[in-house]
Amino acid sequence: MAEPRRRADVVIVGGGIVGCSTAFFLRQRGLSVVVLERWLVGQQASGTNFGNVRRQGRYLPQLPLANRSREIWGRIRELTGSDVEFMPVGHVRFLWSEEQIDVVEAYRREAATYGLELHILGRNAIREKFPFVGPEAIAGSWSPHDGHANPRLVSPAFARAARRDGAEIVENCDVLAVEKVGEDFLVSTAQGDYRAPVVMIAAGAWAAGLSAAFGQPVPLKAGGPQMGVTEPLPYFVHPVVGVATATAEEVIYLRQIPRGNVIFGGVRRGPASLGAERAKYDPDGVFAQFRQVLRLAPSLSHARLIRTWSGVEGYMDDNIPVMGASGKVAGLYYAFGFSGHGFQTGPGVGDVMAELIATGRTTTPIDDFHIRRFGEGGDAGSPG
Amino acid sequence: MADPRIIIVGAGPAGTRAAEVLVAAGLRPTVVDEGSRSGGQIYRRPPPNFTRSHDALYGTEAAKARAVHAAFDALGDRITYRPETLAWAIKDDRLHALKGSRSEALAYDALLLAPGATDRVMPLPGWTRPGCYSLGAAQIALKAQGCAIGERVVFLGTGPLLYLVAYQYMRAGHAPAAVLDTSSYGQQLSGLALMAARPGQLLKGVRLLRALRRGGVPVLRNVEPLEVLGDAHGVDGVRFRDADGSERRLACTAVGMGYHLRAESQLADLAGCEFRFDPAVQQWLPQTDAMGRSSRANVYLAGDGARLLGADAAETAGRLAACAMLADLGHRQDARTVARLQRAMKRHARFAEGVARAFPWPHALAAELPDATLVCRCEAITAGELRASVTALGAPEVNRAKAFSRVGMGRCQGRFCGLASQEIVAAACKGRVEAAGRLRGQAPVKPLPIALLGEDGRG
Ligand SMILES: Cc1cc2nc3c(=O)[nH]c(=O)nc-3n(C[C@H](O)[C@H](O)[C@H](O)COP(=O)(O)OP(=O)(O)OC[C@H]3O[C@@H](n4cnc5c(N)ncnc54)[C@H](O)[C@@H]3O)c2cc1C
Ligand SMILES: Cc1cc2nc3c(=O)[nH]c(=O)nc-3n(C[C@H](O)[C@H](O)[C@H](O)COP(=O)(O)OP(=O)(O)OC[C@H]3O[C@@H](n4cnc5c(N)ncnc54)[C@H](O)[C@@H]3O)c2cc1C
Repeated sequence: MAEPRRRADVVIVGGGIVGCSTAFFLRQRGLSVVVLERWLVGQQASGTNFGNVRRQGRYLPQLPLANRSREIWGRIRELTGSDVEFMPVGHVRFLWSEEQIDVVEAYRREAATYGLELHILGRNAIREKFPFVGPEAIAGSWSPHDGHANPRLVSPAFARAARRDGAEIVENCDVLAVEKVGEDFLVSTAQGDYRAPVVMIAAGAWAAGLSAAFGQPVPLKAGGPQMGVTEPLPYFVHPVVGVATATAEEVIYLRQIPRGNVIFGGVRRGPASLGAERAKYDPDGVFAQFRQVLRLAPSLSHARLIRTWSGVEGYMDDNIPVMGASGKVAGLYYAFGFSGHGFQTGPGVGDVMAELIATGRTTTPIDDFHIRRFGEGGDAGSPG
Repeated sequence: MADPRIIIVGAGPAGTRAAEVLVAAGLRPTVVDEGSRSGGQIYRRPPPNFTRSHDALYGTEAAKARAVHAAFDALGDRITYRPETLAWAIKDDRLHALKGSRSEALAYDALLLAPGATDRVMPLPGWTRPGCYSLGAAQIALKAQGCAIGERVVFLGTGPLLYLVAYQYMRAGHAPAAVLDTSSYGQQLSGLALMAARPGQLLKGVRLLRALRRGGVPVLRNVEPLEVLGDAHGVDGVRFRDADGSERRLACTAVGMGYHLRAESQLADLAGCEFRFDPAVQQWLPQTDAMGRSSRANVYLAGDGARLLGADAAETAGRLAACAMLADLGHRQDARTVARLQRAMKRHARFAEGVARAFPWPHALAAELPDATLVCRCEAITAGELRASVTALGAPEVNRAKAFSRVGMGRCQGRFCGLASQEIVAAACKGRVEAAGRLRGQAPVKPLPIALLGEDGRG
C-alpha cells in the first residue's frame, strides 16, 4: 500500500454522509482531500437513520438547501456509480385533528414560494390514494417528489466514489486534536498527523468538543431516535408516511421497501452516549411506537417486529444545524448537528460546503445555520 | 440483599439445576421459558396427552430426563414459573418477557441465562429444497410426531448428534440410507484421548456406531458434500466427494443436516456481556469465569448457551452458576461442593474439546461454496452476493457485509446463517474467521407481534 497522503488541500473530520459527500464534491472541483473517520464511514447517524428523503415539514429557510440536495438524490446513481435504493415515491403526512389543517395549509403556501410542491388531500382523497391509512386520519399533506433511500449504502457509496476520484478516505482513525499551526491546521490522530490549510468538522454528534477547542462552544446534545423493522409483508405502503401533529407522542413515521419490510421510528427519543459506538433501543418504548404505527396502518396488527436499533444523532438546541465557515479561524469550516434530519440534506450539504470551500461563497443561502448564532465565539449564548 | 429478584431464562438441565440450588438456599427465582413444559432441548417433554414413555422418548438418557423433570416438578410453587414466555430483550437490569401478546418488564438483581443451543448449519447447493431438514428438526419429527422426515434419509454433517439421530431413526424402523460425515477417521481418533475424560459417554458413542454398522447403515467419513439434488418439489439425492476424492451420488428422498451446535447467545449479547472467540468450536461465545459469571456483574451464564459442553455439563454449570450467584449475594457456599462441581466441569470441558477435535466444523467448505448457493434463506442472499459485499464494496467485517448485502437481516436475524456467513466473509477478506467479527444481536430475540399489549393491557 502506498504511504498515506499526509497533506491535502482539505482535511475532513468525520466520515458520515456530510464528510463523504463533501469529499466527493471537493474532488469534482479538483481539490485534494482526506477524510478521517473514527470507525467505518457512514456507520453512525448516516448509516442507522430511517432513510427519509423528505423536504416537507422542514424549517422553511432550509428548503433551498433541501431542494439542491433533492436534485442530487435524483442523480446519485450516476454520480456515485452505486444503486443506493433511492425511491422518489412521495411523502405523505396524515392529520389526526382539524387544528392541523390550518398549519399544513400555511406551510403548503409558504413552501410553494420555495418551489416545494405540496397537496392537501381530504378525507376521501387520502383513502383513495392510500388505502392502508387508519380511520382516524382526516386529511393528508402530500409531497409527490420526496422519497426514501437505503442509509446503509449511501455514505459508503459517496466514500467509494470520492476514493475512485482520488480522495483519501481513512477509516478506524480517531482524530485526537485539531490545532492551527501557522497557516496550516495540524490534525493529530492515533495514526499520525495530517496537515491542511482547510479543515472541515463533520463529526456529527461528536463535533462540540472540536468546535469548543477553537473557542466556539455550541449547545449540541446526543440523542437516539428509536427504530424498528417488521418481517417482510406484501408491498402495500408505497410512499413514506408521517404525521402532522403538535403532540410529540404522536410523531411516528414509516416506510416500506419493495422487499416487504416496514421500517418505522418515532415517538420517544432515547438517550445516546458519545462514549459508546452505538445507541441502544429502549424496549420500554415499543408499546407507544406500536400504538402509533397501528394508527397509521392498522393492517400491520398482523405483522411482527424482527429487529430494533437506534443511532447517535447530534441535536442542536434550536434543531437546525451548524453549517458554514467558522467566522473566527480562517480555513475552518463546520457542518454538523443536523438534529434528526440531515440524511435528506446530506448530499446537498456536501455540494454546498465544497462550493463554499472552493470558491469562498455559495449560491444556496445557509446564513441561518452560522455558528455565530451561539455568540461571537465566547460562551454558547441562547440560540439566535 | 433481603429478597433478591432472580430470573433464570431456560428450564432445561442448566436452568433446572440452578433453580434447585437457589431454592435450597431459600430464594425464590423466576424461571422464564419459551416452551410449554420444562425440560429444555434434549429432555423436551411432549405435550401432556402424549403417551410415550421416558424410555421410548429419551433412550439411553431416560434416567437423566426423569431426574431433571422430577427436580423441576419438585420445585413446585417455590419458584415463579413462567412457561410459554419469550425473553425478547434485556436493558437496564430488566428482562422483557412476552407471553401471548402481552409483554412485561421484569426487574432483576441477578440474571442467569441458560437458553441452550440450536443446530449449526452449513449451506450447500440445494439445501433449501423441501425435504432438507436440520438434524434437530429431524429428531423432533421423530420424537414429537413419531414420524421420519422421509422414506430414504441421508444424514449429512458432523458431530455426535449426526450419529445419534441416525441411530434413533434406525431404532424407530427408518434405517437411514447413509451417514455422510465430513470429519475423517483420523480426526475422530485424534479426539479419543480427550473424550476418554468421560469413559461412559465415549462408550455410548462407540456402541452407537457399532449398532449402526450392525444395522447395515453405511457410514462414510471424510466426505465433501457437493449438492442436494432434486427440484422445487423435493429431494432425490445427494452428490458428494468421498474420501478417495471420487464424486458420487446417492439416491434419497430427504436429508438431515447439521454440524454440531451453535450457542444461543443473543440474550447474553443484549445483556452487554463480552464475547470471545473460541477456536476449538470456531464460535464467538460469551465470556465466563469458571463459575459462570459473565463480564457483567449481575449476569450469569450456564449450559450450552454459554459453552457447548452437552447436557450433563449443563446440569453442572447450572449448579455452579447458582453457587456463584449465591456467593455474590452473600450466602456462604460449601467449598467442597463447589470444588467437586468444578472438577466435573473440567472433565466435561476435556470431553467437549475431544468432540470438537473429532468432529471439526469444516469451515473451508464455506469458503468454497459456489457463488450461486443461497446462504441466508430469509433474505435469499447467495454466497456470491455476500462475497461481493467484501470484494466490490469493501466490507472489512461481517456486520458491514450484512449492512451491504442484507445477510442475516431476515426473520431469523442470522441465528442460522450467521456462522457460515462469518466464514464466507473471512475467506473473502483473506483473513481468519475471528477477524471477520461477530454479528451483533438486537432485540427482539425472536419476532414480536405488533399487536402487543403492555402490562396495563393497553396496546
Ligand atoms: C435513528 C436515526 C434516524 C434518523 N432519521 C432520519 C431521516 O429519516 N431523515 C433524515 O433526513 N435524517 C435522519 N436522521 C438524521 C441523519 O441521519 C443525520 O442528521 C445525518 O446522518 C448526519 O450526518 P453526519 O455526517 O453529520 O453525521 P454522522 O453520520 O454521525 O457522521 C459523523 C462521523 O464523524 C465521526 N467522528 C466523530 N468524531 C470523530 C473524531 N474525533 N475523529 C474521527 N471521526 C469522528 C463519527 O464516527 C461519524 O461517523 C436520523 C438519525 C438517526 C440517528
Ligand atoms: C436440536 C438439538 C438436538 C439435541 N439432541 C441431543 C441429544 O439427542 N442428546 C444429547 O446428549 N444432546 C442433545 N443436544 C444437546 C443438548 O440439548 C444440550 O446439551 C442441553 O439441552 C443443554 O442444556 P441447557 O439447559 O443448556 O439448554 P436447553 O436444554 O436447550 O434449554 C434451554 C431452554 O431455554 C429456553 N429458551 C431459550 N431461549 C429462550 C428465550 N429467549 N426466552 C425464553 N426461553 C428461552 C428453551 O425453550 C429451552 O427450554 C441437542 C441439541 C439440539 C439443539
